[in-house]
Order: sequence, then structure tokens, then C-alpha cells
Amino acid sequence: METTVARLKRGQKGIIKEFTEDLLPIKLLELGCLPGNEVELVQVAPLKDPIYINVNGSHIAIRRIIAEQIALEIIEEDRQP
Amino acid sequence: MSKQINVALIGNPNTGKTSVFNQLTGLNQKVGNYPGITVEKKEGICKLPRGVRAHIIDLPGTYSLNTTSLDESVAVELLLNKNDKDHPDVALVISDVENLKRNLLLFTQIKDLKIPAILVINMADRMARKGISIDIPLLEEKLNARIALVSTRKGLGIEQLKELIADYKSLSKTPNVDTTVIDPEYFDKLKKTFPKEDIYKLWLVITQDVNFMPIEKKLIKDASSFSTKTKSELKRLQQKETILRYQFINGILKETYKVDRNAAKGFRATLDKILTHKVFGYLIFFIILLTIFQAIYGWSEYPMDMIDGFFASATEWVKDTLPPGVFTNLIAEGVLAGIGGIVIFIPQIAFLFLFISLLEETGYMSRVVFLMDRIMRPFGLSGKSVVPLISGTACAIPAVMATRTIENWKERLITILVTPFTTCSARLPVYLIIIALVIPEGNFLGLSFKALTLMLLYILGFVAAIVSAMALNKILKIKSRSFFVIELPNYKLPLLKNVGYTVLEKTKSFVFGAGKIILAISIILWFLGSNGFSDDFNNAESIIEKRVSQEGYSTYSETYIKNNLEQYRASLVDSGMYPNVIQDSIQTMESTLEGRALNQEIASYKLEHSYMGYMGKAIEPVVEPLGYDWKIGIAVLTSFAAREVFVGTLATIYSVGNDEEETIKNRMAAEVNPVTKEPLFNLASGISLLLFYAFAMQCMSTLAIVKRETNSWKWPTFQLVFMSLFAYIIALIAYQILK
Repeated sequence: METTVARLKRGQKGIIKEFTEDLLPIKLLELGCLPGNEVELVQVAPLKDPIYINVNGSHIAIRRIIAEQIALEIIEEDRQP
Repeated sequence: MSKQINVALIGNPNTGKTSVFNQLTGLNQKVGNYPGITVEKKEGICKLPRGVRAHIIDLPGTYSLNTTSLDESVAVELLLNKNDKDHPDVALVISDVENLKRNLLLFTQIKDLKIPAILVINMADRMARKGISIDIPLLEEKLNARIALVSTRKGLGIEQLKELIADYKSLSKTPNVDTTVIDPEYFDKLKKTFPKEDIYKLWLVITQDVNFMPIEKKLIKDASSFSTKTKSELKRLQQKETILRYQFINGILKETYKVDRNAAKGFRATLDKILTHKVFGYLIFFIILLTIFQAIYGWSEYPMDMIDGFFASATEWVKDTLPPGVFTNLIAEGVLAGIGGIVIFIPQIAFLFLFISLLEETGYMSRVVFLMDRIMRPFGLSGKSVVPLISGTACAIPAVMATRTIENWKERLITILVTPFTTCSARLPVYLIIIALVIPEGNFLGLSFKALTLMLLYILGFVAAIVSAMALNKILKIKSRSFFVIELPNYKLPLLKNVGYTVLEKTKSFVFGAGKIILAISIILWFLGSNGFSDDFNNAESIIEKRVSQEGYSTYSETYIKNNLEQYRASLVDSGMYPNVIQDSIQTMESTLEGRALNQEIASYKLEHSYMGYMGKAIEPVVEPLGYDWKIGIAVLTSFAAREVFVGTLATIYSVGNDEEETIKNRMAAEVNPVTKEPLFNLASGISLLLFYAFAMQCMSTLAIVKRETNSWKWPTFQLVFMSLFAYIIALIAYQILK
């Protein structure tokens, strides 16, 4: 199933497919947020924003607005509650 | 002479780079600034095997050589510029064992610059626990470089690392990745235009400033003007380069790096769950702040009393020991009084820096950023503004520099503008002494009134910062995109050594930095206070003697004599001496006290008619509505150089011509308002002073930093005028209501 990082549930994982916007901050890429890499949603901040993810072993927080631009394919086996 | 080589430490933030630096250099280090910019420069000396000495530079942390901030560009420039005297002979790329992949991105970039590089894998002691295994020989072969496994926490591997550095000549300079494949045509053209230059170096020069706003640094090379491509095209190429590097790295790590995913990661997850919880997260944050304030007030009281007492007796000792004269007076009344006014605050400042560095070292600070981002945004701030606002409680200068991590220019500018409202350590001296004088004893919910007042002042500072941020957010019309990325590093037990060095270093620079200004101002003030031009000043002795013989002592002097005499009498009554002896002693005492009172009256008359007295009287109409006399007025005025000057100034003013051993606090308590005849420092004037210092922009250094960081005089001028006017009005209202 295709979705964006912003719509992941806690503990859910996915593989990054593409960026819907062309120019994400270079820092995000350097931290390992690249197509083909795995993303796990670790935590969402109390007011639903920012979002705390583990991508490629890097634990980073990004704002929802950026998370919405990262399209991914959910890894189905991890969807069970 | 032994040979000296340059070694640069470079690496991602949170990899323990500073720990490696501390391990290598020990106390042989100094912290300064890069010339012309406010980026902190840490350097030190390390003795290596075979008589080689290494000059080590700790470069600002960076994820790659694609710079996004001034700090990062310092690192890149040093690596690019072969003529820089600090240009490294060897680069140590510090990596932590868990994030090796990401750290290798930076490593391959440095290799491609053909700088001999050693990969230092830190936190090796965690490998087993994290289920990580690395095939070091194979990785060395694939990267064409030497690797040192170290653990700064356990102190392992440092000697082997020193061996490797000493052997720097045998390190390979072969690049890892061929960047030109991302756009062969473009790089071909580049090569033809600059045939002598290294192609990767040129690429870095060209892309240096595509990512960071708004202060763009000029590069010496003409290459920076070589742009057949737009900024977004260049950015896209940078993305391509990053992907290319990761392909190379992934290929290597597949063969050399194994991690057992099931190995413990529970600790981090559990702590994250609690510390970023929607209730407990904020509660814990609040409790931590509360603890810090109570500690600053409670724990440091004893050392402070000792220091205060020490300076009082040192002053007396100087006066008794040195031959009387102008020089002795200068030392005792100018220099010692001024220095005492700053040294006394060392305990508190050390505590403050201790807590801040603990929060940073443990990794807790980034959780606070995560928790606060959404809350700060309506005010035009970012979660990252929390770090400057908290470290602003130590000093606004590093706090303003810490805003560099904020990606969005509008959020960053607002943070810079409001940070000086937070209660910095320079305000602390003023707050503490005024609180001690005017706030009554008592407890509320286990906290003393005094500690509570202090906390309220801190909260007031934050509120002022937040409210003005909100206003600025409405007023400022700046369009900028919101990029927010922050790493949440693993939790770590703080290294005692790192925390100790930070506290030592910061306290030292606070004391010496402020000390210089205070010393200068104290000497000037002492001169202005003990010299005068008018007849009133020169004939003070005869004028006062005449007045006393005609009208008797002033009310203040009379109470002074009476109180001291009572005390003396009471002490004698218990001694069991004969009544006539007691009577004699009391008479001798009375004449001594009268002599002292006379001297004091002469001294204060002289002061009033000295240069400083005239200056003070000139500004008195401005400060009178706030409840201050001309002496406080002088202190407030000198505080515009730096706030912490306040106490030193008053100490100098009060000690000029004063014979007695007295602490600053007692002298202030004894001051009487000439109009009301009541203590000068009462609740109304005290609160008015506290509020004035809470809001006024009284710090030249901060203004200079803001000028530098915003690249214009517009913003610091705005701060100075707006904050100080605001402070005046609030202090005025407070005094008029409370008096």
C-alpha cells in the first residue's frame, strides 16, 4: 500500500519510494532518507507534529509538512497490531 | 625541535568528537574564535610516539561537506584551503559505531579531497551490546584507509590511534568515489575552465553556498562565480552525489558490517516514550527546570558568602598593610571592590553551565526540541529555539550563535531578537543581591520566597521572549520555507571529563571576559568618584566639620553611633568589668565612632561633589521616577556595557572613602533615601530595579553578536531601543504603584 511518512502509525515501517517535491533539504538525504531505504515511525509528538522516525538507522525528527512529501510503500507484515 | 603536524577532528554531531579531542589533548587545549567570525575554535596539543607533536583542531560538527551553516563552512574552508596555517596533514573522521553508514558519507568526501584520513570508530564498547560486528581489515581495504576502534568512555584504543597519526605519511590519498559521473558533461566543462585545479575541490567551492541563508561567505577562488547552472540544478546534483555515495557505502558495508537487529534497543525506546509523553514529558521538563533554579539559589549560597567575606577582609588587609596613599586606595577601593563583584558569582555560573552541559551531553536537549516544536510554532519560533532560549540563561552570546541550527530564516531571526529577554547569568548578580535585600524571609510550598522570586523572574524573561516573538511573527514579513530536521541521538551517561571541561572553560571565559570590562569600569569610576574640581570637593573637610559643630551629626550618623554604642555597652556589661572602667571604655568608643561618622560624612560629601557626583546628579531626574538615587543611576548607566557591572559599580561607589570592613550587601542595606529617610533599597525600588534589569538590553557584546549574525545594524539597534524603553516604562509603573 502506498502512502506517505506522515500517515504511518506508530511502529509501522515502509520503504521510501520517491519525494513528491523535488527539493527536500539536503540534510535529510545525508541522514539517510533516500529512496529504497526503510523508515519506521517511532513516535509522534504530543501535538501530532513533529514526527520522530528511524530511517536507515538515523533517529530523526521532521515536521509533518516534510513527512507528507516522502512517499513510501508500507511493509505489510508489520501492519498487524 | 620536534616536528609538529596539523590534525583536524571532523565528524557528525553526537559522535563523541569532543571526547576524542579531550582524550588526545587533556588540559592542553584552548578555546577561541576563528578570525572575524564567531564560530568557536577549539585547539590543543598532543604528544605522539617518535617525538612527533600534533596540533589538533576540533572542527564544528557536520554531516557532510555540503554546508548549510556558517559553522559547517568553517570546517569545509579549512579542508579546502591548502594555504591556511591550520590546514590538516591528517584528518580524523570521528564516527560512532551505530551510525557508521551515515558517518562514512562524510568520510568518503574527505577522502576525495585527497587529504590523508583515519576513520575513528568511537563507542566501540557498545558493539557487543548492540549486536554489531565489523570486519575491520576488509573495511580498511575497501576504503583504502586506516581505521582506529576506540572507546572514549573506557579510554580504549587511544594509544593505537596516536600510533596511526604519527605514521601519517603512510596513509593513502586515493579517492573513494568519482563524483563526475553524476553529470559528466558539466564536470568536463569545469575541468577545461580550470585545468590546474582538483575537480572535486572545485565542485565543493561552487556548491558552498547553495544551501545556506542569508549570510553567504565569499570564497577566495574565482570558481565560486562559475555557474552555468542554477541553484536548484546544483542542489539536485548534490542530491545525486549523496545517492551515489550511499550506493558506494552500502556496497562496502554489506560485506563488512553486520548488525543483529534483535539486540537490545529497549532502553532508548522506553526512555523516549516517557520523556516525550504528552503529560510526563512536559512534567519532567518542568521539574528539571525547577530543580536547576532551586540549585542555583540554594546550593551556591555558602560559597558565595565565603567569597564575599574574603574580599571584605582582603580589602581591609590591603589598607592595613600597604602604605596609605593613592595607589593603596586604587587597589582597595577600585580594583578589589570591582573584582569582588564578579568573583562572587562564580559558584552560580558554574552550576548553570553544569546543568546545561548535562542536558546537552545526555541527549535530553533534543527531546525537548521535539516536544516543543509544535508549541513554539504559533509564536514564530521553532523547537530548536528552545535550545537558545535555555542556554540564554547562561549567556545570550552563545545562545544567539546556537540559533545557527535553525533552518528557517524567519524563525531564526525572531529567536535571535527575543533571546536577550531570557535571564542570563549576568542578570543573576543583580537579581540575587536585590532579592536578598528586599524580599522578606518565608516559605511557600517548600520554596523560599527568595527562590520563588528568582524563578518568577526567569519565567518573566521567557514570557517576555515568547510574547515579543508572537508580535514579531505578526509584524515581520519574511517568506521562507520551513525545513526542520533534528537528530535524536542515543541517550548517554554524561562523561564527567567533558562536563568538567565545559564548566571550567565557560566559567573561565565568563569571569575573564566580564572581568576585563568590570576592572576597567571600576578604575574609571574610582577615579571619577575620588576626584573633583569644585570648591565644595576640595574643602569638604572644613565644610563638614563646620556643619557638624554647628548643627550636629546627620540623623543617619546619629543612629549609627547610637546603635554601635548600644551593642558595645551590652557586650561590656556581660564582661564583669568595674563600672568605671566600662564608663571609660564607652567614652573612648564614642569618640572613635564619632570620628568614623565624621569621616563618612566627609566622604559622602566628597563623593556627591566629585566628577561622578555631578554626572550622577545630571541623570538623577531620569531615574528618580523609578525610585533610584543618583548612585544607582550611575550603576544602571554603566550596566549598559554589561549588566554584571552593576554590583561592582555600587561596591566601588560605596567603598570610596569608606574605612570599614563591610560586605557589599551590608553597605547597600545601609543606604538611605535622602528624601524619604527610609532604606533606599526597599520593596518598591527593588522590584523596579529587578524589572528594569529583566527587560533592558544592557549588553554590548550581545549587540555585537546580533549585528554579526544578522549582518546589519538594524536589528541590534531595534533591540537596544525597544527593550530599554520597554524596561523603563515597566519599572516606572511598578515603582509608582508599589511606593
